[in-house]
Amino acid sequence: MKVPEELLYSKEHEWIRVEGKSVFIGITDFAQDHLGDIVYVEMPTIGKSFHAGDVLCVVESVKAVADVYAPVSGSILEVNGNLDTEPERLNQDPYGNFVAKMSLDDVSELAALLSPDAYRTLCQNQEKES
Amino acid sequence: MTGKRTSLYPMHQKYGGRMIDFNGWELPVEYRGIITEHNKVREEAGLFDVSHMGEIEVQGVRAAAFVQNLVTNDVYTLEDHRICYTLMCHADGGIVDDLLVYKYDRNRFLLVVNAANTDKDCSWIAGKSLPGWSDVMVSDLSSAYAQLALQGPLSETILQKICDRDLSKLNHYGFDPEMKIGSVSCLVSRTGYTGEDGFEIYMDPDHAVDVWEALLEVGGDHIYPIGLGARDTLRCEAKLPLYGHEIDRDITPLEAGLGAFVKFDKGSFIGRSILWRQQEEGPPRILSEFEMIGKGIPRAHYEVRRGREKIGWVTSGIYAPHLKTVIGLALIKREAYAPGEEFEVIIRNQPIKACMKRGAFYRRPKNHY
Repeated sequence: MKVPEELLYSKEHEWIRVEGKSVFIGITDFAQDHLGDIVYVEMPTIGKSFHAGDVLCVVESVKAVADVYAPVSGSILEVNGNLDTEPERLNQDPYGNFVAKMSLDDVSELAALLSPDAYRTLCQNQEKES
Repeated sequence: MTGKRTSLYPMHQKYGGRMIDFNGWELPVEYRGIITEHNKVREEAGLFDVSHMGEIEVQGVRAAAFVQNLVTNDVYTLEDHRICYTLMCHADGGIVDDLLVYKYDRNRFLLVVNAANTDKDCSWIAGKSLPGWSDVMVSDLSSAYAQLALQGPLSETILQKICDRDLSKLNHYGFDPEMKIGSVSCLVSRTGYTGEDGFEIYMDPDHAVDVWEALLEVGGDHIYPIGLGARDTLRCEAKLPLYGHEIDRDITPLEAGLGAFVKFDKGSFIGRSILWRQQEEGPPRILSEFEMIGKGIPRAHYEVRRGREKIGWVTSGIYAPHLKTVIGLALIKREAYAPGEEFEVIIRNQPIKACMKRGAFYRRPKNHY
């Protein structure tokens, strides 16, 4: 399971890349592996605001529907248009394909996110449980 | 996770199956990935462990009459060593299960039923055998059989390499009760649940691993192990019904578009009079094919509407990996059924446009068989 060192992570298997006052958000390798073949990404509307923990959008695989959660509070600045026609990019390259870019309205919320090590531990514990 | 395991469990481990609980059975949903496995079966060949299916034997001098009353299709006109697909109905026309009936001869039948319904079907059939039919022996042989399905255009080529019969003589919906695959004696039928040519292979569970490994070895790169995920996308893409979706306790075969398997002129059978009336009046609901126009994946039980009016629900829906379209089936009230007309599938409370359509599903090309 790939867990890049330069990213932050959420308990819900999103990755976060901070760039100044905004963040890029995607789903992790663990998430795409467990979902299986992704066939549809329902993207959030540009301009819409979310609190941390809100459902940001939905990723559908052949067998499952999964919510993607906003890891921080902010509004949508950009969405990844490629996922409209090629949702499988999330399986092929989960870290190279963001889902949405959000404004980072409250920097202190980053403290609640997981480091790569903490995220790795979370994944290992979840694997043991299943 | 500790569900029931088939004798192929070590193979699921060996080939990297991702295991799930399926009605109390521990089975792989996928190995390499659902779409990869789906397309392999359409293009070359795939091997499925379907040992969880149920097998019920009916024997006796009146076996044929007993089965004839039990099912909607005609088993009298079925020749020896031939198979028919049929429904078993309640008196009110609702469906107990769909099944294959293998006719050895008029005194011996093997009924192959859905894994999820095996216990219910056994009780149902045993219940119908008393009173008055106690000379007919009904036995649940499910644990005596392991079952593999070999499916895809290369199935015959692959199986021919290791079996002792001329497969070109085994026709669609026929079976050979004793074929040797390697050194293992198997019942082999030319049937399947994928819409491709293929075989369903029944053997003693103790020898199932040998047959599995022999097929994968002789098939080489042209065959993959296939999980339950692709089993569902393949059957759905080929418009094959699944119990609990297109057919159910309160859906009749006529509503599900399976009238071809209801033979009214064979005489009486359980459910005949209600089904006859339904045929005369037209079924109250119709299973409609549809294709999505808007973006979204339709799934079982999603409501479908025409404007503000609820007209039915989705029974199955998928992104179809081979056709590369998003298609589904919906049980729609007859007054609203109109191929070519648009309607809406409610996905996460949003109405998403779809179109009722005929011919949206997969049909095997002639050169595949």
